[in-house]
Amino acid sequence: MPWENKGNGGGPWGGGGGGNRGSGGGGGGQRPPDIEEMIRMSQDRMKNVMPGGGVGPKGILGLGFLILLVWLASGIYRVEPNQQGVVLRFGEMVKITNPGLHWHAPYPIETVLRPEVTTIHQIDIGFRGSGAGNRNQRRDVAEESLMLTGDQNIIDIDLTIQWKISDPFQYLFNIRDPEATVKIAAESALREIIGRTDIQPALTEARGAIELDVRDSLQRILDGYEAGVQITEVQLQDVAPPAAVVDAFDDVQRALQDRDRLRNEAERYRNDILPRARGNAQKMIQEAEAYKESLVNEATGEADRFLSIYREYKQNPEVTKRRIYLETLQKVYKNTDKVLLDKNQGDGVIPYLPLNELRNSNR
Amino acid sequence: MKGITGFIVGAVIAVLAIVGYTSLFTVDEAEQVMVLQFGQYKRTVQEPGLNWKLPWQDVQRYEKRVLNLDPPEARMILADQKPLLIDSFARYRITDPLEFFNSVRTEAGVVQRLGPIINASLRSSLGKVTLTSVLSADRDAIIGEVLKATNEQAQRFGIDVLDIRIRRADLPVETSQAVYQRMRTEREREAAEFRAQGFEQSELIKSTADREATVIMAEATRESEILRGQGDAEKTRILNDAYGQDADFFKFFRTMQAYEQSLTNNKTYMVISPEGDFFEFLRGATPE
Repeated sequence: MPWENKGNGGGPWGGGGGGNRGSGGGGGGQRPPDIEEMIRMSQDRMKNVMPGGGVGPKGILGLGFLILLVWLASGIYRVEPNQQGVVLRFGEMVKITNPGLHWHAPYPIETVLRPEVTTIHQIDIGFRGSGAGNRNQRRDVAEESLMLTGDQNIIDIDLTIQWKISDPFQYLFNIRDPEATVKIAAESALREIIGRTDIQPALTEARGAIELDVRDSLQRILDGYEAGVQITEVQLQDVAPPAAVVDAFDDVQRALQDRDRLRNEAERYRNDILPRARGNAQKMIQEAEAYKESLVNEATGEADRFLSIYREYKQNPEVTKRRIYLETLQKVYKNTDKVLLDKNQGDGVIPYLPLNELRNSNR
Repeated sequence: MKGITGFIVGAVIAVLAIVGYTSLFTVDEAEQVMVLQFGQYKRTVQEPGLNWKLPWQDVQRYEKRVLNLDPPEARMILADQKPLLIDSFARYRITDPLEFFNSVRTEAGVVQRLGPIINASLRSSLGKVTLTSVLSADRDAIIGEVLKATNEQAQRFGIDVLDIRIRRADLPVETSQAVYQRMRTEREREAAEFRAQGFEQSELIKSTADREATVIMAEATRESEILRGQGDAEKTRILNDAYGQDADFFKFFRTMQAYEQSLTNNKTYMVISPEGDFFEFLRGATPE
């Protein structure tokens, strides 16, 4: 099948401008490879039918008929579900057939090409090896992935593009080497979009927009070429600052973290001391409140007591006063150690009184 | 007889086959064919299908599809004196195989002849603009100019250039080092600012918190002093109201209370002269 080695970049027609398709290069698939063998087999059969060994006119006619039949049968071809058949009559496209069993006028009148229209092809830009299973073999291609941003910084972008054939005719006959064309156009589109984007948004929030813009721009370019290619997906794999400055960019992130950390620590401090201060303040106020209440209550009590006594005192001031005086002194003298010393006689004695001893002896 | 007829039929078929083989040719969708007679140009067939030629004529096949042309990367100086490595690519189609054959002959010839033309045209167009406009949407206008200039020259080669695009526009290594240096210092500036902002916010929050705490305590102190003062005043008022009714009795009563409170504990040791009312009978006075 001519399409299976498309990866070589040559396409079905080979590279040369001179064109070497005259030798029937496109036909390999649909011609039964065993015509000669079949002829030989039928000849053998003939020999069996006519044991004479000679081949008569009837035999020639039968043989010719058989060859004709085989030749016509060689026009039967099958289009797989992922393909479309493009039938060429003397090189000119006459029809496009869908999956199933079909017949075309046999070679050299008609030939058929069967591009795989549903297959999604993938192109990596900026790196190689996004294929399944070999992620660790991925390597960067700096000359593809480093590009200038709108604010004249340099950014490192890896991109994958998925595409498929949307129009087999255009795909086959309008451009040579569609895969390389998609890749070159994609690089151009990507750089154009990045060239209008500043580095900071490109690294962060503008990624989705970049993917969309690249896709639109690339599709527009390819449509302009009538390439018959549809871009199904554009994905930014990796958008990063260039390796040479990545540590500085990382440090900005660390600085942001530091800033948040310092703020959190300060807030922790604030959240710690403010409630404590409020608590202490409440305590202080409550204590003052308690002081006030107790003073008022004590004073009220004291005043009431005084007034009660005073009321009774006024009934008989003389006796009451005397009684209070006596009671008080009674209490005072009762509980204290005392030395009675006549003033007139004791004048000189006081200095010599062994006060401490007197006290101790009473204990 | 039979053998002769067979021979004649065979011969006719053979001649027809030879004539058919040498004078029929197909033209594919993807190609165009130039018919030559002994090296002399006869005609060009561009429509696909089956065609006739005289048996002694030759055909030369050329691509009809759009072809890629990738001129070599070139260093160009912009209007603001910034050097840029430009890798462009062009897409073209062979429109006139005869001209093509006469001038460049092969696709390699196109690269050799047209590549420098494209690069020269790009160089002169880019020399008039700054890096900012190369990166911006102005790019399309620049390319349009280059495309026009290139096509004027490409006509001679029998080709039509459909599109020229700048595939890569990168700074040369020595310039990109300077760009990296600038990027790094920009980031360092940013990082320093963030860290300083962190310090600023931290100090602001902490000192605000300290101030608030101090104010809270001061307000609490004020309030509690006011409360205590109110308490003292209330006490004084209440007691004044009570005691004020009889200042003499107050003096006596309160003094008695004070005596009682202050003198009745065991630690008091009194040396008393038996004078005063309390001792009046002890001194020998007789009750009246």
